[in-house]
Amino acid sequence: MGDAVLRVENLNVRLNGEEVLVDLSFDVHDGEVLAILGPNGAGKTTLLKALLGIVPYQGVVKWREGVRIGYVPQRLPFIKDVPLSVKEFFRLENAPENEAREILRSIGLGEEILGKKVGDLSSGQFQRILIGWALASDPNVLLFDEPLAGIDIGGQESLYNLLERLKETKNLTILFVTHELSIIYGLTDRVLCLNKRMLCMGAPKEKLTPEAISNLYASSIKFYQHKHEEGELS
Amino acid sequence: MSQFLSLLSGIFIGGAAGFLGSLMLPKRMSLVAGPLGHLALPGIALALIYGFDISLGAFPFVILGIFLIWLFERKTKLPAEALTAVVFATGVAVAFFFLPIEQAEAALVGDISSVHLEDAVLTIAICVATSFVVEIIYPKMTLINISEDIAKSQKINVGKYNLIYLLLIASIVALGVKVVGGLLTAAIVAIPTVTSRNLAKNLVQYKFLALSFGILSSAVGIFLSQLTSLPAGPLIIVSSAFLFLISIFLKR
Repeated sequence: MGDAVLRVENLNVRLNGEEVLVDLSFDVHDGEVLAILGPNGAGKTTLLKALLGIVPYQGVVKWREGVRIGYVPQRLPFIKDVPLSVKEFFRLENAPENEAREILRSIGLGEEILGKKVGDLSSGQFQRILIGWALASDPNVLLFDEPLAGIDIGGQESLYNLLERLKETKNLTILFVTHELSIIYGLTDRVLCLNKRMLCMGAPKEKLTPEAISNLYASSIKFYQHKHEEGELS
Repeated sequence: MSQFLSLLSGIFIGGAAGFLGSLMLPKRMSLVAGPLGHLALPGIALALIYGFDISLGAFPFVILGIFLIWLFERKTKLPAEALTAVVFATGVAVAFFFLPIEQAEAALVGDISSVHLEDAVLTIAICVATSFVVEIIYPKMTLINISEDIAKSQKINVGKYNLIYLLLIASIVALGVKVVGGLLTAAIVAIPTVTSRNLAKNLVQYKFLALSFGILSSAVGIFLSQLTSLPAGPLIIVSSAFLFLISIFLKR
């Protein structure tokens, strides 16, 4: 495990007068895969946005100098409004066509998809394209919001393999948000249990005890106000 | 000569409006040009009374309207569309206190039948300039339209781009009222774009077709107007809508 690529100290976020994140402190190491686990409304997406500096926060978020961050949001509902081909989508990220081809190969998609409209892709293809797109800026760190949401089991499996391969071949530091326990064990080095506060942090096998899990999700029932996170993203 | 100049001005305004409109559809902004055109009515009325260029009268009122909507949105947190309703209806109401009634048609549905050379030159220059700026901001604006969060995470100054974008809309609306009047401005930015959206397979086609349909409907509308002596504005809109109807049947 390398040095800290990210240091977070006493991070607090209030949105519309409501406390969303309370007093979070943690480090992320170079080359680590960190899962952020928590129920709906726990502030997972907000945490990623605070780390990216796109929501106001108090406290310290310190990325290592010169680090390049790729961000894959949960959904992009408006992308279907634009008749954008995959090739043009990559060009928005200043990725020339040959680089786009190379990335497509590395995420297991054929070149013929370059001419397709982004709006016409299946959700599995679209999620792969989003990952590939985030890779086009050659990041050291990938921030990932619900990478497997809305994808069938077969698609999940292959995306999961893709992430594993990226982790090994590109030495990426990956932070991803999920509310599914199943994908955490194989892929992640550490897990951060979040429900507004940090409830646990460490290796999943040690920290994700049945008590910890029921604590994480049970406390959510009390606070749960059906504030679906997807709604915040539009 | 005057007929040729009005045709030329109309073509440039139609093209620029269609081109800018292609950026407004994904932002769900197509209709905004409507209220902004209505808002321009007091300015149009003043221009008609004192005999200066309609666009010149419209522009400050459109800017004022955008500023008021922006200000009210910040102060009240109410949805922009509701605030737009408040602001634009007030604009229309105020205009009718002093709009000379015999010139109401020009104000409401436009009048491009006589254009002076200097007006035409200025109009064309502004159209070329706005189209040029639209082309420059197009990639970043498209990214902002897809996801403001991604754009912000890439340190794109979203506020700056939105401001440029609003100023472009204000310019096009101010020019557009000359051709189609205060009532119909939404149509010149919206219809060519949706027609293009029906047919385009990628962004390049989409931009090109929106521009082309804007030009084509203006040209046809003004030409028909010169034949029939019906007002050009409504004829442009009807031509544009006709192209849209055809596009429905051509759609893949």
